[in-house]
Amino acid sequence: MLKYEIVIVGGGPAGLAAAIAAKEHGAASILVLERDGELGGILNQCIHNGFGLHTFKEELTGPEYAARFIDRLFQAGITYKLNTMVMDISADKVVTAINREDGMIEIHARAVILAMGCRERSRGALNIPGFRPAGVFSAGTAQRLVNIEGCLPGRKIVILGSGDIGLIMARRMALEGARVQVVAELLPYSSGLKRNIVQCLDDFGIPLKLRHTVVNIHGKKRVEGVTIAQVDERQKPISGSEIYYECDTLLLSCGLIPENELSKTLGVQLNPVTSGPLVNECLETSVEGIFACGNVLHVHDLVDFVSQEAAAAGTYAASYIKNSTGHEKSRDIPISAESGVRYTVPNTVHPQRMEEKLTVRFRVGDVYKNCYVSVYVDEKRLIHRKKQVMAPGEMEEVILNKEELEAYPGMSKITVKLEED
Amino acid sequence: MEVRELICIGCPMGCPLKVELVQGQALKVTGNNCGRGEAYAKKEVSHPARIVTSSVKVEGGTQKVVSVKTKEDIPKEKIFDVIKCLKDIKVQAPVHIGDVVVRNAAGTGVDIVATRTVTTGP
Repeated sequence: MLKYEIVIVGGGPAGLAAAIAAKEHGAASILVLERDGELGGILNQCIHNGFGLHTFKEELTGPEYAARFIDRLFQAGITYKLNTMVMDISADKVVTAINREDGMIEIHARAVILAMGCRERSRGALNIPGFRPAGVFSAGTAQRLVNIEGCLPGRKIVILGSGDIGLIMARRMALEGARVQVVAELLPYSSGLKRNIVQCLDDFGIPLKLRHTVVNIHGKKRVEGVTIAQVDERQKPISGSEIYYECDTLLLSCGLIPENELSKTLGVQLNPVTSGPLVNECLETSVEGIFACGNVLHVHDLVDFVSQEAAAAGTYAASYIKNSTGHEKSRDIPISAESGVRYTVPNTVHPQRMEEKLTVRFRVGDVYKNCYVSVYVDEKRLIHRKKQVMAPGEMEEVILNKEELEAYPGMSKITVKLEED
Repeated sequence: MEVRELICIGCPMGCPLKVELVQGQALKVTGNNCGRGEAYAKKEVSHPARIVTSSVKVEGGTQKVVSVKTKEDIPKEKIFDVIKCLKDIKVQAPVHIGDVVVRNAAGTGVDIVATRTVTTGP
């Protein structure tokens, strides 16, 4: 059986940053397992710019951002296997993987970092009526076809959902000569970044119809058109508001779901809100020595934050194998997300164990204007910060101070919530 | 005095900017959280510019296309001219990050460079 101190499942932005940080913090043997034929994950097909402003203070494209981390991984001499699919992870940290060279392999690890990323919500999960013709793609599939395979999936496009990949693909298809007729969004706001509405839709005169959805897909062999209708407050289509758009392609950009099949089999407890693992402030899951980071933990907007989070996971995993003691869970204080805050990462904090500062990331459930983000320790308010605008599409953060928390040794709960005043 | 409202595209924060204009010249920018916002607003009201990313065909490489970008931002109205000049470009593998693929694209004075490495292959 192969033996490594740390096995990292996934060689995308999270896996790369976790591996590099673990090495820098003293882990001697690290193995990264990647199921694709190259490292870098989804960054390879994200050829647009805007990556790395936080990390490198310059604006890079996805492949350039990935290349910087891949170079550092090479320089650090970290081992990796490509075209390798992890089949199972056991609670005693035996990772079973398979590839064409080695066949089935078992790797014994002392710590495992989950960095599998996420996948797109598919047509089947969206309940769109109509036939099942060719020409319905997830936005990410279309992105791969255009940017990696070099072929255009269609010429007349309708996009459902205004997630960032959908917005980016609207521009990409327009640049490649396709006609993007409309982007329809079920919600009253876009879940994409504002900058992408400006530079991907407004720049190209592509209309965004909020509170609209696809109610029918026409065509039997190939998509011939779609019907879009307005929806009411309960998201039900309004009769009489239907508009027919002729098109040969429908792209779906309707949300991302963390890919946690391996975590579930392993017995890791998931947060029903994020579909990602519940973690403590060391990004360790409910199973000791199993850490999680990146989009498998919760879906991020910015790769820079994925890299930061993953570096933290790598650092904690390295210190876990050094100290080789289980994390004492009895003193973990739960962090509760309430009134407007959908979830937080991490879900618990151990005030004695935590570093000087802890970044708690969260998302809000609706668009809020001139609200306060508040953090309570039991009944005592510690943080009260005004925010002009908060939207579900943009991840927020608060920073907890060890010194402040240690002033409340008997605390039972930390609450992050929104308040009007 | 004219006031234009913009959303900064300098980074993913997307700050809501207000630009006070006198005769088409930006007098005052508010709403920005950093210097990039002010620079963007001033440029956007006078000479809007964008970085353009796309891909070009590769021969003899491990994949069929290589991603490229304009090395700097180019005037917004030139976006489609730049895209057009990439249409018939074919590069030979290997291609490395930063390799110039087209010089002075569509007369903008800006080069198009590769944004990833494609090694020789089947």
